[in-house]
Amino acid sequence: MTAAVLTAPLDAIRVGRRARVRRRTIGISVLAVLLVALLAGEILLGRTIYPLSEVLAVMAGQDVPGASFTVGQLRIPRAVTGALGGIAFGIAGSTFQTLLRNPLASPDVIGITSGASAAAVFSLVVLHLSGGLTTLIALAVGIATAVVIYAASRGGDATGGRLILIGIGIGAMLEAVVSYLIQRAAEWDVAVAMRWLTGSLNGSRMEDLPPLVGAVIILVPVVLLLSRDLDALALGDASATALGVRVDRTRILLIVCAVALACFATATTGPIAFVAFLAGPIAGRIVGAGSSLVVPSALVGACLVLGADLLGQFAFDTKFPVGVITGILGAPYLIYLLIRTSRRGGSA
Amino acid sequence: MATDTLVVRTRRDAPGRQAGTSRRVGLVVIGIVAVLAAAALSLAFGSRLVSLGEIADGLGAFARGEVPADVGAIAVQERIPRTVLAIVAGAALGLSGAVMQAITRNPIADPGILGVNTGAALFVVCGIAFFGISSVYEYLGLALLGSALAALFVYLVGSVGPGGTTPIKLALAGAATTAALSSLVSAVLLPRAQAMTEFRFWQVGGVGGAQWGSMAVVVPLLAVAALVAFALASGMNALALGDDVAVGLGVRVGPTRALAAIAGVVLCAAVTAVCGPIAFVGLMVPHVMRLLSGPDQRWILPLSALGGAVLLVLADTAGRVIGSPGEVEAGILTAFLGAPVLVIIARRTRMRGL
Repeated sequence: MTAAVLTAPLDAIRVGRRARVRRRTIGISVLAVLLVALLAGEILLGRTIYPLSEVLAVMAGQDVPGASFTVGQLRIPRAVTGALGGIAFGIAGSTFQTLLRNPLASPDVIGITSGASAAAVFSLVVLHLSGGLTTLIALAVGIATAVVIYAASRGGDATGGRLILIGIGIGAMLEAVVSYLIQRAAEWDVAVAMRWLTGSLNGSRMEDLPPLVGAVIILVPVVLLLSRDLDALALGDASATALGVRVDRTRILLIVCAVALACFATATTGPIAFVAFLAGPIAGRIVGAGSSLVVPSALVGACLVLGADLLGQFAFDTKFPVGVITGILGAPYLIYLLIRTSRRGGSA
Repeated sequence: MATDTLVVRTRRDAPGRQAGTSRRVGLVVIGIVAVLAAAALSLAFGSRLVSLGEIADGLGAFARGEVPADVGAIAVQERIPRTVLAIVAGAALGLSGAVMQAITRNPIADPGILGVNTGAALFVVCGIAFFGISSVYEYLGLALLGSALAALFVYLVGSVGPGGTTPIKLALAGAATTAALSSLVSAVLLPRAQAMTEFRFWQVGGVGGAQWGSMAVVVPLLAVAALVAFALASGMNALALGDDVAVGLGVRVGPTRALAAIAGVVLCAAVTAVCGPIAFVGLMVPHVMRLLSGPDQRWILPLSALGGAVLLVLADTAGRVIGSPGEVEAGILTAFLGAPVLVIIARRTRMRGL
């Protein structure tokens, strides 16, 4: 009798957990399939459609006239840059949102990517640097921006609106710098300028990829290892401490990883609007509450970037950079989220 | 008895009020002197180093309507229209910010944050791209329409839910709307290289492109809007006490707020049409003036106009000196000054959450 009473709720929990695990597995599988499909779309679609055999030959490293350049030099770098950038933005965004317990606190909304973007443009336009050094400068300034925003908003409720408000203000300042530098760089063509205003995959090159690849390879596993602690931190510092998490060290490590991912991605693709902001909430909807968002938000980020890039390339008469598409699609969601949260009278 | 009380109260208040008033009159005088001093600096200093004698000659030539001969005189004559525009635009932006903060009862209401700039940009860009507009009137009309719609939208989104407009809601609604509208601006511009180039220059706000023709169109409009704002100042004082109290005081809340909002939007939209987006002037200046003069809008509004003029003229002058031989647009410098001020405001304001 007592045993039955005890096991009934346990069974329910077990069934619930099983349902959660199933939903998570299905969600991640669907996202992975979608990502592969989008990657295939990036590589196969274009003015010239090459036979699959030629594309595979190029990917195997063989020299195919025509396809080697178009697919090997243009489409594959574009696809890889988009996927890695999306992974980085997605993880950075969901990590911030979880850590600060605030869906609005993603690195693009609070101005951190603007810092990286301004630094990258400065390095290119004024210092005439490129490649790895630009990425390093963008990383350094992005981290500095995060530190300034954090320090300026200290003293209040760390998760609260002050950080967002201050971040938006500092972001506006840095965006003014970007506009100024781009306007000065008169000889630059419009496409390059656009990359730093909205984010773009145009002109992605294999030789620009190593920093981003390195960042993803090193930082994503760190975030994955810490993802259990991250979920504990989402419950609050006291609960996390009770669960055996070394709160301060874990939080700093996670913030550094997330800022670095966002900055490396920004230095490579420009600040693709709203991907970091959107990836976490969409991933949450797909895998359900109470499930780690690191992997699904990485997949959602990559799918968002590649999907929006394909839309931008092929859906209209003109080719639009990916950031224009994500900006137009992402902003209504931010407004929706804002209205929904306000209606409930909840705090940001 | 009642009369006695009244008399006593008046007597007790009178010295204090007089002191406050004389202090505020002093502030206005200081403000006017500061505008004149800033204007003198703006004429005297710039991208090119010009001696004081040449500046005097240049001013004399300008006053006599002569065509300037030497380089110094030309430099001075180039500085005259931009100085005038900086005074006008700065005053309008300061006033606009003061009006918006008063009617939304929100410390961070600012044309930039309310999405006014981007709304103006989108409509102007659409006008250039789809309707081939070219006249100042058309620019102005579209900028006004776009600004008004964007400001209305951001304000509505920012005021949903209990608690009305909180700073965070307003800032987020503004940031999201700005992002969406700038993406649309890019989408319209990208296929049009020529318009894109023009826009890149417009996007950095500044008074370097000052021309008497466009100023002649804008100034009357700004003057009317400023007069409307000043006329509504005491009504805005009542709004600051809350809508219920304002109604009790006999203020017609709806019309007052609507008219003031129109004046505030017209002020910053007209400036945006001529100068491009200049951020944070409307945010910073009214806060400083409120600290100096107290909460009475009848003083905050004119002081904000003066303060805005001083700030923009100095920002423009500093930008020319720093950027010599080129220039750093005033909008860049105000953004640099404005972000720290926003941080201070955010730290002082008690956050109510969303």
